[in-house]
Amino acid sequence: MSDTTNANDPKDGGLSRRGFLKGIGVGTVATSLISVVAPHAAEKDSRLRGPGEFALTLKVNGQGKSLKVEPRVTLLDALRNRLDITGPKKVCDRGTCGACTVLLDGKPVYSCSLLAVEAEGRDITTVEGIGTPDRMNAVQKAFVQHDAQQCGFCTPGFVTAATAFVRQHPNAGPDEIRRGLGGNLCRCGTYAGMLLAIADAAKAKGGV
Amino acid sequence: MATVKWPAADKRTLLGKRISRTDGALKSTGAAKYSYDINRPAMLWAKVVVSPHARATLVDVDLAAAAAMAGVKATWKDDTLIGKEVLYAGQIVAAVAAETEEIAEEAARRVKAKFDALEHQVVDTNPALSKDKPNKKDAGNVDDAFTKADVVITGQYGIPVITHCCLEPHGQVTEVRDGEMWVWPSTQAVSSYANGLGDAVGIPQNKIHVDTQHMGGGFGSKFNFDKWGTIGAVLSKQSGRPVKLMLDRDLELAIAGNRPSAFARIKVGAQKDGTITAFESELWGTAGGGGGIPNQNVMPYVFNKIANQRFSGIRIITNRGGARAWRAPNHPQGCFLTMSALADTAAALQMDELEFFLKNVALTDRPQVYEEELKIAADLIGYKQKAHARGDKAPGAIKRGLGMSIHTWGGRGHPSECDVTINADGSVEARCGTQDLGVGTRTCIGIVVAETLGLPLDAVKVQIGKNEFPTSGGSGGSTTIGGISVSSRKAATDALNALCELVAPKLGVAADALEAGDGAIRQTGKVENKVAWKDACSALGVNSITKRGVSVPGDSEKAGLISQGVGGAQMADVSVDIETGIVTINEMVAVQDCGLIVDLKLAESQVYGALIMGITSSLFEEAVYDAKTGRMLNADMEFYRLAGIADVGTLKVHMMTGAAYDDRGVIGIGEPPAISPGAAIANAVANALGVRVPNLPLTPDRVLTALQKGGIV
Repeated sequence: MSDTTNANDPKDGGLSRRGFLKGIGVGTVATSLISVVAPHAAEKDSRLRGPGEFALTLKVNGQGKSLKVEPRVTLLDALRNRLDITGPKKVCDRGTCGACTVLLDGKPVYSCSLLAVEAEGRDITTVEGIGTPDRMNAVQKAFVQHDAQQCGFCTPGFVTAATAFVRQHPNAGPDEIRRGLGGNLCRCGTYAGMLLAIADAAKAKGGV
Repeated sequence: MATVKWPAADKRTLLGKRISRTDGALKSTGAAKYSYDINRPAMLWAKVVVSPHARATLVDVDLAAAAAMAGVKATWKDDTLIGKEVLYAGQIVAAVAAETEEIAEEAARRVKAKFDALEHQVVDTNPALSKDKPNKKDAGNVDDAFTKADVVITGQYGIPVITHCCLEPHGQVTEVRDGEMWVWPSTQAVSSYANGLGDAVGIPQNKIHVDTQHMGGGFGSKFNFDKWGTIGAVLSKQSGRPVKLMLDRDLELAIAGNRPSAFARIKVGAQKDGTITAFESELWGTAGGGGGIPNQNVMPYVFNKIANQRFSGIRIITNRGGARAWRAPNHPQGCFLTMSALADTAAALQMDELEFFLKNVALTDRPQVYEEELKIAADLIGYKQKAHARGDKAPGAIKRGLGMSIHTWGGRGHPSECDVTINADGSVEARCGTQDLGVGTRTCIGIVVAETLGLPLDAVKVQIGKNEFPTSGGSGGSTTIGGISVSSRKAATDALNALCELVAPKLGVAADALEAGDGAIRQTGKVENKVAWKDACSALGVNSITKRGVSVPGDSEKAGLISQGVGGAQMADVSVDIETGIVTINEMVAVQDCGLIVDLKLAESQVYGALIMGITSSLFEEAVYDAKTGRMLNADMEFYRLAGIADVGTLKVHMMTGAAYDDRGVIGIGEPPAISPGAAIANAVANALGVRVPNLPLTPDRVLTALQKGGIV
């Protein structure tokens, strides 16, 4: 998800997960080094926060949400565990399955592979912000209509990714849909319905 | 008087139609709360500590460093295991609960578990590793039949251990409070889930409240509360706080799945005309530390009337996590092994595969069904136009082929109870202690009750997923629909008849002359003599009607409401690149019967899903174990790959419908279509290449190896 954030840019005020890990080493030594490295770095750069919990505001579905997190908390865990926004699901927790997909400034990203601090100041949209049971968007309606969901655990991620996809690719055909939704996985086997649903949504009048 | 008999086709308003699932909007908007999504006030997060060894003596567990960490509120170790053997990597030995998930994770790493490693055994491909006395079957005169056969083929085929990889992992949120327990588990057996759950904390089943409104996949692996259920209860009692314990992804794959493997040496004898005369199989496989492997009942598969049969099966005990049921236990393995050998027999006879299968359907229990289904499948996939003898002779690196398979399953409904309440304001409610695994159980209860009462679907509120509701069976073996459709039908029918008794005087006829339809109670045969539903219900005054429907499977079958035993045929059209070894699914066709269909849209979804799941296991899935360390090497979703939307090709589903199927009553649909895909795809690959790729999954390395062995590239 390298295109999701310019997090190593000091102007952005955050650190990417990769940059963070590079700075302190990985694996078991990491925990013991945090306290040594971070205060030292903080002397040079007052914008560094942590290693303990610190206050953060995230803009989720148009609303400012205040929370306290440690720097290591992912955006997904911040949403689910701190803010009780549980539409995005935790499945692989390492950027493979797409169940945690959210929109960051309109672009789909894996929220398990982004630190919460990296999302500060950005517009975060989860599946709950895309539509509600009474006011579904065209993708959600089409998912229901074509039964593009069974257990439904992958569905929020797919709906979010598909919403971003059809905004970018109105009138997408089956081949484009197959390529465009390759970043999400389903276990129950709902792809047949999804192909129909996303094609329908891509043609929806007024867009999504 | 309304009877429980299913309504005739021309009287049905909802039953058997294509109806969208009623909780679809909740799921597609993220409003559906799964067990993993339950966040209770002051809730703790728990993490488990596991054995890194496939076999070892657990010497000691020291929780002190973990317990001393700020934010840690409860710890547990398995005292019953200390001094004893752990039997697989990933076996849980301790657990911690803390204020945040991050602290819990760190605390779990600080638990010092000491092991003395012992020799382990995780290899399941070598039959010499079995210590079993073979399980045997012998019928007819096999040796004589092979001597007299015009063609005899031998082959060795295999299907590995695969793991369920439920997207919502196993686990639960547990809240022990005031001597009672509230639990939100990800389970496929709500009514029985609490049985024994409270033993470790002294809470009886009647003080345990189970609630599963939505669950993220089970496929046979989520019937019991498991060790993590007990741990959740202990940690919650100890801390006095709710505790969320869901397995991390690596553990979910390594210890909470495991469908047994099956490997077999098979010998088939046939006459020139294609008739199969003898079938011999020697089978081995593993279910981890215990359990079974595919048995004699599925070898040979479906063609169980072959005159001369011999079977011997042995189990290899391995230090892997235990076996769990998977959609159609035993059948996909038996199907793949049998159908592969039979397609190889057809090739040896230089006979068209479809002709060979049709020639031998007489050796199955339901010849007419299979014949009809195979012919429909052939039409749908364009068999006549595309079929060729084994080995695509077309020039170029891409070889195309067709393959097929047939399967069977029981699918008789389980015991089920359901309450239906009609209120004085006309509102209706159904309550059943069943669960919805994503198949649409909630929707199907609504359809049956609404159909019975002559109301629109949204007039019925359906409540499921709690053990306080009337008892209903666990969802396994395609038994749910046959259970809940009858219990809800009976409850609704009895409630309707009670209402008719009240309304009869108003309409000036006897109650047994009344029926429900079109939102009214009306006179049968004289429908203009009616009273609107709401007005009819107002006669209840301050009361309501509640009736319980009970389905006892044997009785329901005798009454013609349910049945068992279905057939299905599937065909695959694949392309194989002989330079890269990559298999591509062009098209798959499934033809399936399941008796009387409650919701056609949802039934079709089950079949589409089964095809896709089958494509995944055929092309990608294998739990790969390292012989040296005894650990699962691909316990993640990068290397335990699931098919994506681009991997599945064009899918066509044809449900068998009409009077002959309706008259059988309701039969389950979850398992049967999940059986054949591996066999159909593997046979299509053999047809494309001209050589057999004998082991699933059909990975590029296996395809290239088979091509080299066959002297093709």
